[in-house]
Amino acid sequence: MMPATLPMTLLMTLPVAAINWHTSLFLLFAVVACACAVAVVLADNVVRMAFYLVLSLGATAGLFFLAGAEFLGAMQLMIYVGGTLVLLVFGVMLTAQSPFVAIKTSTGDRVLAGMVGAALLAVLLQSAFRVEAWQLPAVGAVTAPTATPLGMALLGVRVDAPAAGAPATAVRSGYLLPFEIVSVHLLVVLVGAAYLARAKRRRTPRAIDVAASSSSASSASSSSSSSSSSSSSSSGGVAATAREASSSSALVPGGRR
Amino acid sequence: MADFLINTVGLPEWLAWTTTAVVAAVLILNVIAGGALVFIWAERKIAARIQDRLGPTRTGGRFGWLQSLADGIKLLTKEDLMPEGADGMLFRLAPYISFCASFCAFISLPFAFDFVGQRLNVGVFFVVAVLGLEVFGVILAGYASASKWSLFGAMREAAQVVSYEVPLGMCVVVPVMLAGSMDLVTIAEKQAGWVSSWYLFHDPFTFVIFWVYVTCAVASVNRAPFDLAEAESELVAGFHTEYSGLRWSFFFMAEYGSMFLVSALAALLFLGGWNGPIPVAHLLGLSEGTGDTAGYFVRLLGCGNLIVKASLGVLIMMWIRWSLPRLRIDQVMATCLKYCTPIAAAMFAGAMFWQLALPGGLVRGLSRPAGEVREGWLEGPGGLSVRPTKAVSTPAVPVTLVDDPGSQTEAKSIVQVAP
Repeated sequence: MMPATLPMTLLMTLPVAAINWHTSLFLLFAVVACACAVAVVLADNVVRMAFYLVLSLGATAGLFFLAGAEFLGAMQLMIYVGGTLVLLVFGVMLTAQSPFVAIKTSTGDRVLAGMVGAALLAVLLQSAFRVEAWQLPAVGAVTAPTATPLGMALLGVRVDAPAAGAPATAVRSGYLLPFEIVSVHLLVVLVGAAYLARAKRRRTPRAIDVAASSSSASSASSSSSSSSSSSSSSSGGVAATAREASSSSALVPGGRR
Repeated sequence: MADFLINTVGLPEWLAWTTTAVVAAVLILNVIAGGALVFIWAERKIAARIQDRLGPTRTGGRFGWLQSLADGIKLLTKEDLMPEGADGMLFRLAPYISFCASFCAFISLPFAFDFVGQRLNVGVFFVVAVLGLEVFGVILAGYASASKWSLFGAMREAAQVVSYEVPLGMCVVVPVMLAGSMDLVTIAEKQAGWVSSWYLFHDPFTFVIFWVYVTCAVASVNRAPFDLAEAESELVAGFHTEYSGLRWSFFFMAEYGSMFLVSALAALLFLGGWNGPIPVAHLLGLSEGTGDTAGYFVRLLGCGNLIVKASLGVLIMMWIRWSLPRLRIDQVMATCLKYCTPIAAAMFAGAMFWQLALPGGLVRGLSRPAGEVREGWLEGPGGLSVRPTKAVSTPAVPVTLVDDPGSQTEAKSIVQVAP
């Protein structure tokens, strides 16, 4: 390599102080997370709110990465930023009635929300300042921050080190049962969602039904419109896109004037 | 590299880290930008040949190889337009969001052993998660453009990407299960050896699921026949209808970057990573784990291997694009929900039972008593068995065992890494 003396002398004359990257990155991510969280509250356009929320959650994921919790950070990106927020924006776009909807909050709501938020902030700050010292990992714990102990614990095997003071032979349970219960819950939710979103069969009405429905015109019109809108679709995704023609043409008639 | 700068060159620590980060970032940026230049030219030529044309022939010489550069200059000098009714901030930011997502995913993508921006032990998961963020730029672009064509494209993109993340995740899990790690470096290390040790040929189920992965990857990077978000025949240009000039080219760079990324991911997960079909370096007695010149040479060779594999993947995507007609949105959804997801689930279960019947690393690890299982329960590459009870530091087997409860002093010294 190059002789080290000349660059070193040049470096010493630089008026730049040594940067502690860990601290400065922490500050950067923290400021972005907090500022965007405030911006979510102050913005009045729903999609902009969602955008600020993405930035805030992404900066939080950055904090997780900075702390070495890579699995948690990637999880945050995947679930909140990638999944939930895309669905949120998607829903906003599907349900909006006019372009660039602005949400105006009434003064009473602002005061109420401010009080609730201040109370929450007080509780959080108090508990944050009560932490005496940030705990280091237990001696002999799995030191490299990997997701393996977590995954093995979900399978019922604990590979992380026991807590300090605990006898080495103590049986420690994994998280297999809670994991399974949560999985079954999610399966139930999935089946329910598929049931709700599936296409309704179109039946040819019997004469007696037509006669009965003609007496109440309002109920008949509502049922016929719902069946016609969902009959062409076979799944939730298609139902959503089948509706794009009706909602988006109402959403963007030519921009804000 | 940071260690080298600190110890050998003598830079202060903060400057060494900065230099390392800047070098890695610039290299990744060049992979994306240079790759886009080459691939756009290749796409023009391939499209032309498939359609029985010649494609660009004049710019820069015989094969028109300067065409992409000329395109770039044209894009730079174009007027930057914004529609009157657009949401200005989101309209301006959207291309950068797409590009940033594509760029960030490259950070943890290894090009060879040790040639990785930031080695994460959840590398696969990180790449897939960040790749999913690219759709956000597309959605914002479609919304902020104040054009119904853009909005149609964005909503199709959202529906498509959210749906295709499910089978894509399922495909990616299978190599993770076989390797017992989410670290991309470890996964590729496991496939060292002859071509038969690639996960593509591990068992019939992985062979099938590789093709499911290819389908889902093409769909998730929004390429034909799944390019409904920019369907020219219906939506003018889809989500980037209102974009011009440099912002538009950012979308394209993101697209070509993502194509290269999913191809490199396929190479790492199924096609042996940076290990060639014939273990040339191993036969010559060289090892990539060592820090000397020979090791460096082997790593460069591996880097070339991976780039060739990923570029082949990109070329195959182009071939698909110019061969198949575009699907309808309901056909796209049916492909995902009715075919890809069930096939991926069945193949996942099959690969799992295959792994149970022929006990590999994972099963052996599970049958160990609690407390003894650790990161090193995996089999080393090339059939070398790593005994997890002692820390092996053979240069050929770069599996690090750091968490030995027996040596508490060693563990203590490793804890203090954060400044």
